[in-house]
Amino acid sequence: MRDSATVIFEAPDAVSRLRYWLPVLVLGILACAGDYQQSTLHPASDFAGRLDHLFRGIFWWALGVFVLVEGALLVAIIRFRRRPGGDQPRQVHGHTALEIGWTIAPALILVFIAVPTIRAIFASTGAATPGALRVEVVGHQWWWEFRYPELGITTANELHVPVSRPVALEMQTADVIHSFWVPRLAGKRDVIAGRVNRLAFTADSVGTFLGQCAEYCGESHANMRMRVMVDTDSGFAAWVDRQTAEPPSPDSGSLAFQGRDVFGRSACIGCHMLDGVPVARAQVGPNLSRVGGRATIAGGLFPNDTEHLRRWIANAPAMKPGALMPQMDLAAEDLDAIVAYLQSMK
Amino acid sequence: MSNPPSTGLRSWLTTTDHKRIGTLYFWTAFAFFLIGGLEALIIRAQLAQPDGSLVSADTYNQLFTMHGTTMVFLALMPMTAAFFNWIVPLQIGARDVVFPRLNAFSYWVFLLGGLFMNASFLIGAAPDGGWFGYVNLTGPQYSPGLNIDFWVLGLQILGVASLAAGFNFIVTILNLRAPGLTMMRLPVFSWMTLVTQFLVITAFPVITVALVFLLFDRTFGTNFYVPAAGGDPVLWQHLFWIFGHPEVYILILPAMGIVSEVLPTFSRKPLFGYTVVVYSGVLIGFMGWGVWSHHMFSVGLGPIADSFFAAATMLIAIPTGVKIFNWIATLWGGQIRFTTAMKFAVGFIAMFIIGGLSGVSHASPPSDLQQTDTYYVVAHFHYVLFGGTVLGLFAGMYYWIPKMTGRLLSERLGSWHFWLTFIGMNLTFFPMHFIGLLGMPRRIYTYAPELGLGTMNLVSTIGAFVIGLGTLALVINVLWSRRHGEPAGPDPWGGATLEWSIPSPPPPHNFDVIPTVTSRLPRWTTEHPAAPSAPGSAVHVPPGSWWPLVAAAGLPIMASAVVTKLLALVFLGAAVLVFGIYRWAYEPFEV
Repeated sequence: MRDSATVIFEAPDAVSRLRYWLPVLVLGILACAGDYQQSTLHPASDFAGRLDHLFRGIFWWALGVFVLVEGALLVAIIRFRRRPGGDQPRQVHGHTALEIGWTIAPALILVFIAVPTIRAIFASTGAATPGALRVEVVGHQWWWEFRYPELGITTANELHVPVSRPVALEMQTADVIHSFWVPRLAGKRDVIAGRVNRLAFTADSVGTFLGQCAEYCGESHANMRMRVMVDTDSGFAAWVDRQTAEPPSPDSGSLAFQGRDVFGRSACIGCHMLDGVPVARAQVGPNLSRVGGRATIAGGLFPNDTEHLRRWIANAPAMKPGALMPQMDLAAEDLDAIVAYLQSMK
Repeated sequence: MSNPPSTGLRSWLTTTDHKRIGTLYFWTAFAFFLIGGLEALIIRAQLAQPDGSLVSADTYNQLFTMHGTTMVFLALMPMTAAFFNWIVPLQIGARDVVFPRLNAFSYWVFLLGGLFMNASFLIGAAPDGGWFGYVNLTGPQYSPGLNIDFWVLGLQILGVASLAAGFNFIVTILNLRAPGLTMMRLPVFSWMTLVTQFLVITAFPVITVALVFLLFDRTFGTNFYVPAAGGDPVLWQHLFWIFGHPEVYILILPAMGIVSEVLPTFSRKPLFGYTVVVYSGVLIGFMGWGVWSHHMFSVGLGPIADSFFAAATMLIAIPTGVKIFNWIATLWGGQIRFTTAMKFAVGFIAMFIIGGLSGVSHASPPSDLQQTDTYYVVAHFHYVLFGGTVLGLFAGMYYWIPKMTGRLLSERLGSWHFWLTFIGMNLTFFPMHFIGLLGMPRRIYTYAPELGLGTMNLVSTIGAFVIGLGTLALVINVLWSRRHGEPAGPDPWGGATLEWSIPSPPPPHNFDVIPTVTSRLPRWTTEHPAAPSAPGSAVHVPPGSWWPLVAAAGLPIMASAVVTKLLALVFLGAAVLVFGIYRWAYEPFEV
């Protein structure tokens, strides 16, 4: 055989160097970054906890197999690299017992993964438990609508739920397929035209949890974000009271009062419902009834402050590509008035 | 009788020689690979930091759609086709494939389909619905532009090419094997080609149907996927993934075949457990049909369906694992030469293990609910398709390009190529596991700084550019070696299979005398089956034909009718296609 054309490199040493540095590198990367608000590895509900537990079990099995198999590969390429004057290796064609062994071994490991998997599947069907807080979730291009049928509340992009009480979501879409995903509270569930899907979880700690649409849904898929505010029972009750109280009424003569008037005669009412403005009954865009009390606007994209709200109303597509709310032709003072009015609606 | 022209444009346009067609596939796929890679680099540049603004949302959506579509249909599949064309006839001791003109037709249809799809960039309307094209987003209501039309029609054209090639290679492998080359003596690469082609001819009709439905919904107002009219968007998902999962094996099995050739050659040992490796490949092919819904665990198919597809998906890990063990056992006890081809083959095993193991967590539906549609999945399938398929194809290039061109690639540049690619891919894709687990979905053109994922994304972006440098080394190597590479001779590596028994590059007729095969490793046993006995007389090689090219041209003309709304183009394209096939059928091929 001719082999003068081939060059031998000290590959195995370089491989082992890389193997040494890779974990160091990964840990380094993890250490540099901050805290992770949308992490699947930091569950804060029974549902997310169950998924995390299952994943960790699989992870340790996988890590064990990884170490054994990559280890065997490394040993093979270091130990059996050609040495000068090496003999023709023994021509082995196979070994039946060995091959049966390494067919059965992975099968056994998979049993240890399959059993908890199937248990978790049947525990995660999303069936509502009695006493659960029912919320209807509707995905829209590109925002989330949340309705509480028992409480008569409709809001957008910020889901408020009490801690330690089961929450049952009934989920659908107004247009294309989206996927509801708040990693610390729940695994994904798609919302699909013509279907109602379900998810159930019980949050175990108070806080704000980030989520976003996880199924590609068009131009602003990246901008379809949401938050879940998990509150104490009393905090949640106070929020419900604010949502269901009589709408705040601006003092006559104030900028907000003017804003209510402008809102009622502008294009706004073509899409939005706002319970302080009797003519604003449309249900195309987000319900703005208590928009002043929300932390964010535009599908969780921007803080709900004067500057962002003003820019958003003036020209939404410039801030969120493809946004269905068109550029508004409003005089500067009308814009200020609407902003003041919306901010007063808490 | 005169031989076909051997140089000049006409010789390439009319060629029916499997080797020349393989070369055409190679360069075309290579070009699309570079285009798909550039798209990836723009994607990574955009994601290097949160709130990136290099490209717009719309452009980004076109880029990730075309990156996926290009890599799957225009780069990796055709690159495997380059190897099928070049190597399978040589490995089975044949003078060509069984239908040479159909083979040319496949290539031209592929080229024109790829060009048709990419022509959409010229009018700024490249496909933007993802490579998976989920309805109802891709339906007429939510994607009224031409973008999706280009995608649907481009894929339909490409499907014709794949189907024609699939039948051709199945018939070739089953019928043109040299005397004595029984199925259980067939080299593993040819075996995996056979399994792959069976998957092609069974999987592509499914996506063809799915695409016809979508085309009709978009063009003629039918309601296959419209829920308000009793249709169902989930039907698309089932059809797409019934195609899409076998497609994954269509991409990986050829690379497994390549590695199964390279490892024994450079270990100086036969493949460990040939029978098991072959049967596990066949088994993977069969089982690949029963796992499609693991792409749909977040759809809410119900616990019974989820449990079935979880179990089926876990089962498929077993034959896959068996192959890996057999490859390691092939290395064990060998005399391993670390040529570039071997480095890529070993890299393939090392990376494919990672991709396989991360896949197990997707096989578990509850676990997958957190990982599907995140960067964790992106990491997983890039370890399979880049760490697996691409590294396997690179191994194949360093192994077989000397056979194709008669010149070796530079081992020095090859070493740069390997290490840059290997380090680059791990820098790019390993952090993506964490990026996904820490909450970043796929297919987003920007992400919030609050996610805390800027640093990891930056590392990933740097890695992508390192891969880019590695690929540059490959480009330079391939171009440089065409003139300056060391002459390879018929058998630079001491290979066991028939392709190494003939000159590099092989003569148009491949074998002066069709060899008789008496063992699985004909060149490692004492005999030399193709010992060049003087040919009795010149071997007749059929002349080329224009008609495959003409027939192929009919398809993009027909497809143009949909995007231009000119009905006449349908009839024109059909006329060209029928005319081409008619002349082809009556061409006196053996004059």
